[in-house]
Amino acid sequence: MAYEPVLLGRANKADSTSLEGYRRDGGYETLGRILKEMTCDQVTEAVKSSGLRGRGGAGFPTGLKWTFLPKGHPGPIYLCVNVDESEPCTFNNRVLVEKDPHQVLEGIALSAYAVKASTAYFYIRYEYGAGMRIMQKAIDEAYAAGILGKNILGSNYSLDVFIHRGAGAYICGEETGLIESLEGKRAWPRIKPPFPAIEGAFRKPTIVNNPETLANVVHILQKGSDWFKSIGVPPDPKNPRDPGSYGPKLYCISGHVNSPGVVELPLGVTVRQLITDHGGGVWKGKKAKGCIPGGNSMGVMTEAEFDTPLDFNGPGRVGCLGLGTGAVTVFDEDTSIVDVLHNLCRFFQHESCGQCTPCREGTGWMFKIIDRFAKGQGRGEDLAVLEEIADKIGIMPGTTICGLADGAGWPVKNAIRKFRPEFEKYIQDGSSKRSKPLPMAAH
Amino acid sequence: MATVFVNNQPVDIGNEKLNCVQAAEKAGVLIPHYCYHPALSVVASCRMCLVEVGEKKADGTISMLPKVVPGCQTPVKDGTVIVTRSDKARDAQERTLESLLLNHPLDCPVCDKAGECSLQDYSFEFGKAESRMHDEKKTPPNKPDLGPNINLFTDRCIMCSRCVRFTREISGTSELYITNRGDHSEIAVFPGDPLDNKLSTNVVDLCPVGALASKDFLYKQRVWNLKTVDSVCPGCSTGCSIHIDGNKGVIHRLRPRTNPKAQGHFMCDEGRLGFHYANSAERLREPTIRGPHGWTTVGHREAVQSVQQGFNEHSLRSITGVWAVLSPFMTIEEAYLLANWIRDFGREARLVLGPVPIVGEDDHYPKDCRGEASPGVPKFTIRAEKCPNRKGVEAILQHFTGTVLGFDSFLTALAKGQVKAAILSGGYIPLGRGHWFPAESVPLLEKINMLVVQEIFASALSQKAHVVFPSATWAEKEGTYINHQGLAQEIHWNSGPPGESRTDGQVYLDLLGRTGLMRAHQLRREIAQVVPALNQLSTGYLGTQGVLPGEAPPVQSQKRKIPVH
Ligand SMILES: Cc1cc2nc3c(=O)[nH]c(=O)nc-3n(C[C@H](O)[C@H](O)[C@H](O)COP(=O)(O)O)c2cc1C
Ligand code: SF4
Ligand code: SF4
Ligand code: SF4
Repeated sequence: MAYEPVLLGRANKADSTSLEGYRRDGGYETLGRILKEMTCDQVTEAVKSSGLRGRGGAGFPTGLKWTFLPKGHPGPIYLCVNVDESEPCTFNNRVLVEKDPHQVLEGIALSAYAVKASTAYFYIRYEYGAGMRIMQKAIDEAYAAGILGKNILGSNYSLDVFIHRGAGAYICGEETGLIESLEGKRAWPRIKPPFPAIEGAFRKPTIVNNPETLANVVHILQKGSDWFKSIGVPPDPKNPRDPGSYGPKLYCISGHVNSPGVVELPLGVTVRQLITDHGGGVWKGKKAKGCIPGGNSMGVMTEAEFDTPLDFNGPGRVGCLGLGTGAVTVFDEDTSIVDVLHNLCRFFQHESCGQCTPCREGTGWMFKIIDRFAKGQGRGEDLAVLEEIADKIGIMPGTTICGLADGAGWPVKNAIRKFRPEFEKYIQDGSSKRSKPLPMAAH
Repeated sequence: MATVFVNNQPVDIGNEKLNCVQAAEKAGVLIPHYCYHPALSVVASCRMCLVEVGEKKADGTISMLPKVVPGCQTPVKDGTVIVTRSDKARDAQERTLESLLLNHPLDCPVCDKAGECSLQDYSFEFGKAESRMHDEKKTPPNKPDLGPNINLFTDRCIMCSRCVRFTREISGTSELYITNRGDHSEIAVFPGDPLDNKLSTNVVDLCPVGALASKDFLYKQRVWNLKTVDSVCPGCSTGCSIHIDGNKGVIHRLRPRTNPKAQGHFMCDEGRLGFHYANSAERLREPTIRGPHGWTTVGHREAVQSVQQGFNEHSLRSITGVWAVLSPFMTIEEAYLLANWIRDFGREARLVLGPVPIVGEDDHYPKDCRGEASPGVPKFTIRAEKCPNRKGVEAILQHFTGTVLGFDSFLTALAKGQVKAAILSGGYIPLGRGHWFPAESVPLLEKINMLVVQEIFASALSQKAHVVFPSATWAEKEGTYINHQGLAQEIHWNSGPPGESRTDGQVYLDLLGRTGLMRAHQLRREIAQVVPALNQLSTGYLGTQGVLPGEAPPVQSQKRKIPVH
């Protein structure tokens, strides 16, 4: 039975971006009804019981996050919509925003109502010029129609939505980096605690969510939690900490496939299904060597692991960091894993914000080492050093402020551990080509 | 009462709100740190202070957190367990140091900071001896003109951001920022907006490494050759606690000394850099006497005798013609001795306060974006009263004369020809603001029959004197200053005064005919007995932080604690 897209249900319609078109398809009816019929806390409760987990990468239960706001806070409370989407090969937010901005806006309004936010900031990366313009038009339309601003749809609830454009840094997607950037500062992630729910933007309680997360809220409230829970994967009985992966997900597929793109599927599709059923198979009739399962930070999967379901729990079972953004990047059998890692390391050394010593220096060092591999000057001992750096940087070992460092280390340890012979061969061959001796070890 | 366990050692922290670094310091354990500084916001970014933390439960069991945590960001409470040297903590610390050295030039032999560099010190104590780095280091260009007083050796920077936070949080001038990301990050200023504010050189002390250097001190000395004494800056009535660093009779730099009772952690650039006059070759070096045939250099004893004789004669003729001007740069001990000597001639002999230099208004920091003082309690104040001890000298004058006569009364008497014998104490810092003695009154000095002047440099004033004593600067004597809020602090000498000069206090002792050398702690006890208002001097010792009025002074001399920041 083919899955009927929900989030992208309107994406291919001719006037998918207009208010008129959205309303014709029943848009904003849920918002009108909820504002009349449900209290803020009831909305939060509904989202909580749906099992919705954040689509921004970490998969944190959305309703639970909302309950971390201080009770009875006099306000203001802010909602930040994280459309920084800087994870390479991830473009699902882009499609969502460019194709159906009012759906996102309705999700924003509903969620803002649930968390009692008076202002929502739509933080969109600078590169998404079209998305920014489309969203601005949608916001303007919504204000004109009384869907935003004072007393939304005749209710007592008022909400302002502002667009804030980023200036182009991966770290602006980290929620506290985003908040700093929103405040007009350099996006250096903040130390936690306090978490944004307690002290976020402009030192006020703040909720940061991905637009895909918020778009799901519309459908949860429209069709009910049970409907939502009927899609996806129930908790893994072997993992007591897994609350399950429910609902639809926008998967991106790119790299060495015949037809890259975004596809909406129930959580839990396998990589192999994605490639064959939706990506048109690996290009040039080749076989795949592996993939990056959900954005660079999630590590590397081998072809043999392609039957892993892409839910919040699956990638972890094969040593990856997690589902991430659900953006699969495939590389074919002729791709050098060293080249893949070279590229990944270059990304992270370029994007580390630079405040924590282990991340700033570690990402740089890893890139220098792998760059040396590429120049044919790798040394056998380097692999152990790379693994060690990768293992020891991040919030998991406790050595950094944000998760960028974990994400920088993950592909390194995955790639080396899963493709060790290839690294060793690369080093060996490279070394034989080495023309001049390396300089003395020096500090 | 809360107890924290640092490496198994229980420490009582009372009700204080402390983080792990501070709690460990109480236990005498150093948790190495770079970005953390008690005067700045906590950013927990350098990751040098990673330790293991846990909690001791009521039943005696200990549960430890699974990962290392930054000590600076982790508050302690009753039962907190801190382990600073476990394998895990040690490993994390070692790794941070290894990371910091990856791109560090290690040019210690030419680095100003060598010898007092926490990168050196921590690498020795917490780091590992070998590097595993086989790649080229980054070599960003140096920025020798970061500011008029500051030079940046970009490649030595370890990105602790202390300097940036200082300009944002303390000076409020925000000149510094970080440009680029990751390991290309650099400290920078915007074009046309150099690091130029009245507190700028504090970033050099804050910098844990040799990245930020004071142009004034750069390449002057290896720091291990310096002799350091604790003192007080004489630049204004804030009375910043300082270190004087000198070598072989030459002062090379002043540094702020942390003192929560005085200024806190910092000092201003004018005070810091305003010492060079003390090293000048132009200073007066010998006592001189002006006779009918001009100036002759004399021995100290001869000068003292001639002053004694002159004052004796004039006091017999007209006791109201005998005057002493006490400068607000004098120590309490000097003021006390001079007042004693003058009053020995008779109760009518006149004692007045020298001019109190006031320049502008008190200058509060941090500044806001318009350059005005931000609202709230200032974090630093440069005071308009440009002398260190008006309060102390006034206390002496008040005791001896029951009032404080201003300098005007001296000038009036001078104009009327009523001044017959006078001693003018100096010590005024020559800061390019003109001489302290009003030029228009200089010719009137001719009317004085016996004019004694104590000066650091020859001046129009000293030209008119009959006897000139070369003065010692504040860095060449010991004594007491009382700052704007009544805090009495000890000053100490780093080197002796040049040539045949003696300290002013020694001159007064000799004039008084009191034997022995000038010993500040003995005099303080004497003063406290004679002058009840200065009871805070009663033990003779003021400790490293000084004593406020009404506070009990320490009973013995305190050893200087090596600061860990
Ligand atoms: C380095 C880094 C980059 C991130 N980039 C993004 C991003 O581009 N978009 C996003 O939604 N979340 C991103 N996140 C996750 C956010 O911190 C945050 O968890 C998320 O926005 C929360 O939204 P959600 O609960 O709806 O997923 C990033 C996290 C890290 C550590
Ligand atoms: S982990 Fe890396 S990116 Fe994150 S705050 Fe630290 S230095 Fe910045
Ligand atoms: S900053 Fe410290 S470690 Fe670096 S060169 Fe200077 S003294 Fe050596
Ligand atoms: S210049 Fe010094 S104080 Fe400033 S960030 Fe670098 S190391 Fe820290």
